[in-house]
Amino acid sequence: MRALWQKLYGWLDERIGFDDFYKNLLDRPEPRGNWWNTLGSASLFLFIMQVLTGIFLTVYYNPSPDHAYESILYIMNDVQFGWLVRGIHHWGASLMVLVVFIHMLRTFVTASYKYPRELTWLVGIGLLLITIGMGFTGYLLPWHQMAYWATTVGTAIAGSVPFLGDFILQALRGGPDLSALTLQRFYAAHIWILPLLLGGLIGFHLFLIIKHGESHWPDKED
Amino acid sequence: MSGSNHISRRDFMKLTTGAIGGFIAAVIGIPSIAYLISPALREDKAGKPVSVANLENVPVGKPYPFSFTVTRVNGWERTSTAYGGFILRRSADPADVLVLSSRCTHLSCRVNWNDEAAGFVCPCHDAMFDIEGKVLYGPPPEPLGHFEHEIDGEGNVIITPVEIKEG
Ligand code: HEM
Ligand code: FES
Repeated sequence: MRALWQKLYGWLDERIGFDDFYKNLLDRPEPRGNWWNTLGSASLFLFIMQVLTGIFLTVYYNPSPDHAYESILYIMNDVQFGWLVRGIHHWGASLMVLVVFIHMLRTFVTASYKYPRELTWLVGIGLLLITIGMGFTGYLLPWHQMAYWATTVGTAIAGSVPFLGDFILQALRGGPDLSALTLQRFYAAHIWILPLLLGGLIGFHLFLIIKHGESHWPDKED
Repeated sequence: MSGSNHISRRDFMKLTTGAIGGFIAAVIGIPSIAYLISPALREDKAGKPVSVANLENVPVGKPYPFSFTVTRVNGWERTSTAYGGFILRRSADPADVLVLSSRCTHLSCRVNWNDEAAGFVCPCHDAMFDIEGKVLYGPPPEPLGHFEHEIDGEGNVIITPVEIKEG
């Protein structure tokens, strides 16, 4: 049994190179850090959790003005553990924005954005914006009064941009007013466009971190 | 304490890692699976009894048609389905009543009573049932189903809206 397993592992490792992965991803040298250095990983964990609970929510959620709110009530009241899945997704969303933001503050305070990590920082800005975008698009999906008016106000603010404002507002709403089209495009953005962008950028962010290694915590000499 | 039930540190670590890992897997796995299969676990409750006719209006010896709708809630949607049947008074005795379903046992078309032929005719594949629902000819594999019924003090025929198949 054991010999067979080792043979299988050896065969796969020779072709895939688990051991190289292990060395490069997990066994890389780390400077002396502290708990603030864990916030990026915490952001990653929250992202994965949001993806999983989000996929589960799409099993029952229906993005149409007639059924959106009812389908949410169904998830909360009738689906087993629906309250738990939605609860995690709901609170995880706020927590993720918070954690990503504090992660950014820590890289700012420790001046980790300097050479050679400028690009890590720039990608990070994209990550923060998309994370906020996820929150904004997700907020509309229950299609209750709070969601409806928050999005009315939010898109109106985006519409106050000089010159382009009107175009931005119409592009966000899919027309001059909030409608079924708004709900549908927010849904598409929330479950496909933004998460794919976010996932891709996180991959790039992590690639850069592994390439450069983590910056050391500044001391008196810096 | 002798060495007989001594556990090495390594084995202890393996055991606790396995136990905690299994616990976490269960805590995540069970709700996940329950969540996904939740609608399949719902039991299909029989609807409330419905009053479909009053015996006063039902002639003896001739099937009397009735229909009713059952509304089912599936998640966030309500679907109303119409069902129908026939009340047959076999004699003047108010207890001698049969409530047949009009759903053809072949592929679920609605059968109609035909006076001349003295049978229930299915419009779909040329089949006929006799007045008590037995197959006379055609593809249906079994007799028409029936509904359980009760007759209250005022002569209302009250049925339980679940079709019961004949043996
Ligand atoms: C979805 C959001 C994000 C994820 C999943 C994420 C993930 C990570 C991870 C796992 C690390 C390495 C561990 C750590 O230092 O915590 C890291 C480092 C870093 N992140 Fe992020 N991050 C996100 C957002 C941001 C944002 C908004 C910024 C700034 C605009 C940013 C800038 C950086 C920088 C500069 C580093 C390098 C830190 C160093 O080398 O010491 N990240 N990120
Ligand atoms: S459905 Fe009635 S005969 Fe086919």
